[in-house]
Amino acid sequence: MLRLRFLWLILALVVVSALFLTLGAKGSWSFTLWFRGQKLASLLLIGGAVSTATILFQTITHNRILTPSIMGFDALFLLILTLMIFGMGAGGYAQVPKVTLFLINLVLLTLASVALFTLLLRDQRSDLMRMVLTGIILGVLFRSLVLFIQRLIDPSEFAVLQSASFARFNKADADLLLVSAVLVCLTWAAVWRMRHRLDVLALGEVLPVSLGADPRRGQLVVLMLISVLVSVSTALVGPVAFLGLLVSSLTYRVIPSWHHGHILPAAILIGGLTLVGGQLVLERVLHFETPLAVVVECLGGLVFLILILRKGST
Amino acid sequence: MIRIRNVSHQIAGQTILQGVDLDIQQGGLTALVGPNGAGKSTLLSLVARLQTLQSGQIEINGQDLQQISHGDLAQMLAILPQVLTSTHRISVQDLVGFGRYPYSLGRLGPKDREIIAEVLQSFELQEIKHRFLDTLSGGQRQRAYTAMAWAQDTEYLLLDEPLNNLDIAASRSLMSRLKSLAAQQGRTIVIVLHDINYAAGYADHIVAMKAGCVVTAGPPQEVVSEAFLRSVFDTDARVIVANDRPLVIV
Repeated sequence: MLRLRFLWLILALVVVSALFLTLGAKGSWSFTLWFRGQKLASLLLIGGAVSTATILFQTITHNRILTPSIMGFDALFLLILTLMIFGMGAGGYAQVPKVTLFLINLVLLTLASVALFTLLLRDQRSDLMRMVLTGIILGVLFRSLVLFIQRLIDPSEFAVLQSASFARFNKADADLLLVSAVLVCLTWAAVWRMRHRLDVLALGEVLPVSLGADPRRGQLVVLMLISVLVSVSTALVGPVAFLGLLVSSLTYRVIPSWHHGHILPAAILIGGLTLVGGQLVLERVLHFETPLAVVVECLGGLVFLILILRKGST
Repeated sequence: MIRIRNVSHQIAGQTILQGVDLDIQQGGLTALVGPNGAGKSTLLSLVARLQTLQSGQIEINGQDLQQISHGDLAQMLAILPQVLTSTHRISVQDLVGFGRYPYSLGRLGPKDREIIAEVLQSFELQEIKHRFLDTLSGGQRQRAYTAMAWAQDTEYLLLDEPLNNLDIAASRSLMSRLKSLAAQQGRTIVIVLHDINYAAGYADHIVAMKAGCVVTAGPPQEVVSEAFLRSVFDTDARVIVANDRPLVIV
C-alpha cells in the first residue's frame, strides 16, 4: 500500500513539474526551460527543505503541531540578517557577495538556535502549550526587534532589508540556488543516515536512553540540521510560517508509518508538490491574482487551528 | 551486581535520596517498595542514567556507571518508565523490534528477527502482533512494552510500577511471567511495586525505602511483618502466612 502511494506521489510530482515547465510557453524553448527550470528547482528545494525541517522538529519535540517557524526560527534568521545590514550599512552589505553573507548568516543562525532551543527543550519538554506560547512569544520578540532596528536605519538599507523579509516564490538568485542545493542535499544525506535513530528518538524522553540513543546529542544534531534547512529556505524565499505544518500533516495522513525512512521522502515529495502545484495553479490558472505565499499560509494556518482545537478537545 | 554507594539526590532544593547504599544481587526479582515519595523511582532513574548522578557512586558489574557509553549501557541494562505514551501508530511487533536497536541500530538481522519472534511468543503477543498500540487494552500495552524491554536482552531490567492500571489478572500474569523468565534466563529484574502483596508474593528480594533511605532489605519472609508495615508505611495491618509467603490483610 505504501509503495503504491509513493508511486502516485512521484507520478503527481513529475506531471506537475512537466506542466509547470511547458504550459503556456511562448517564444524560445531553451530560454523558457532554463528560466522555468531554475524556478522549478528552487520550489522543489524549498518545499523539500521546509518539510524536512518540520518533520525533524516534530520528531525531537514529540508533537505534531510545532514547526520551526512557529517557534521563531525564521524570525531569528531575519533578526540576524537585519543586524548584519545594520552593522555594515547598505553599501557594505551590497559589496559582500551574497553567498558569503548567506553562509555567515547560516553559521550564526545555527549557533543561536542551538543555544536557544536546547535551553527551551530541556525544561519544557512535556508542557506543549507552554512551549508553543514560548515559541510564539520569542517569534514576536524577534520580529519586533527587526521592526525596531528598521526604524533606526536609513531608507536604502530599509529597502534591502524589506526585499529580504517577505516570502516571494517567483524570484531566486542563481548562485544562491546552487549553494543551497548543495547544502540541502548534504543535509538530506545526513538525515537519511540517521533515519533509524530518528525512529528511536521519536519514542519519547526515556525509551531512547534505555535503547542507547542519547536524546540530548540527537536533539543537538537535529537542531543543527534544521538550522541549515531553515536558513536555506528563508534565504531563498523569505519566511513561510505554515507551509511546513501543512505538508507534515498531509504526510502523516498519506503515509501512516512511523519509519522516518518512509515519512521523510514522502514529506519532501509532498512539499515539492504543494509548492509547484500551487504556483502552477496561481500562475497559469488564476494569472497571479494572489501570491502563493498567501494561499499556502492561509491553508496552513487553518490546519494549525484545526490541530490545536482538536488537541484541546481530547 | 549493581553497587550503589552513598548516593544522594536533590530536586529543586528538596532532598529525594540521602546516602543510599544498596547492593542488587545478580539474578532473580528484586522489588523496591515504600510509601509514595520515598525515592524509589528516582533511585531507579539514576541507575538507568535517566537523571544525572549528583553525588555518590553507582557501579554495574564493577564498572563505574558514568564511564559506560550509551550504546554499551543499552546492552547491559534496560528501563521501562512509569508513563508510557506513544504518539505514533506502532504495531506490537515493530515496538518489540525497537528492543533490538542497541544491537541492530535499526537494521534488523536474522538473529534479531528470531529473538523478536521468541519474545512475542513468550509474552503471548503472537495473536496481536500486527495490532497498533493505541487499539490495545492497558494490560496488553504494558505487556508489549515489557516485551520490548525484554527483547533488549540485557542482564538487568528495571521496571517502574508496571502494574499501574492493570487489573488483577493482568498483574498476576505479568508478575509470574517475569518471575519465570528471569529464573529461566538468569536475568536480574528490579521492579518498583506499590502493592506490598505482589512484592511479597513474587519477589526474591525486597528492598524497602522510606524518606530517601533504604530501611531494610532481604527475602520477603524475613522483611514483611506487622512491625515492618508500621515503621515503613505507618499503618497497622495484620500479616498472615500463606503458601510460605507473608500476606498482608488489607
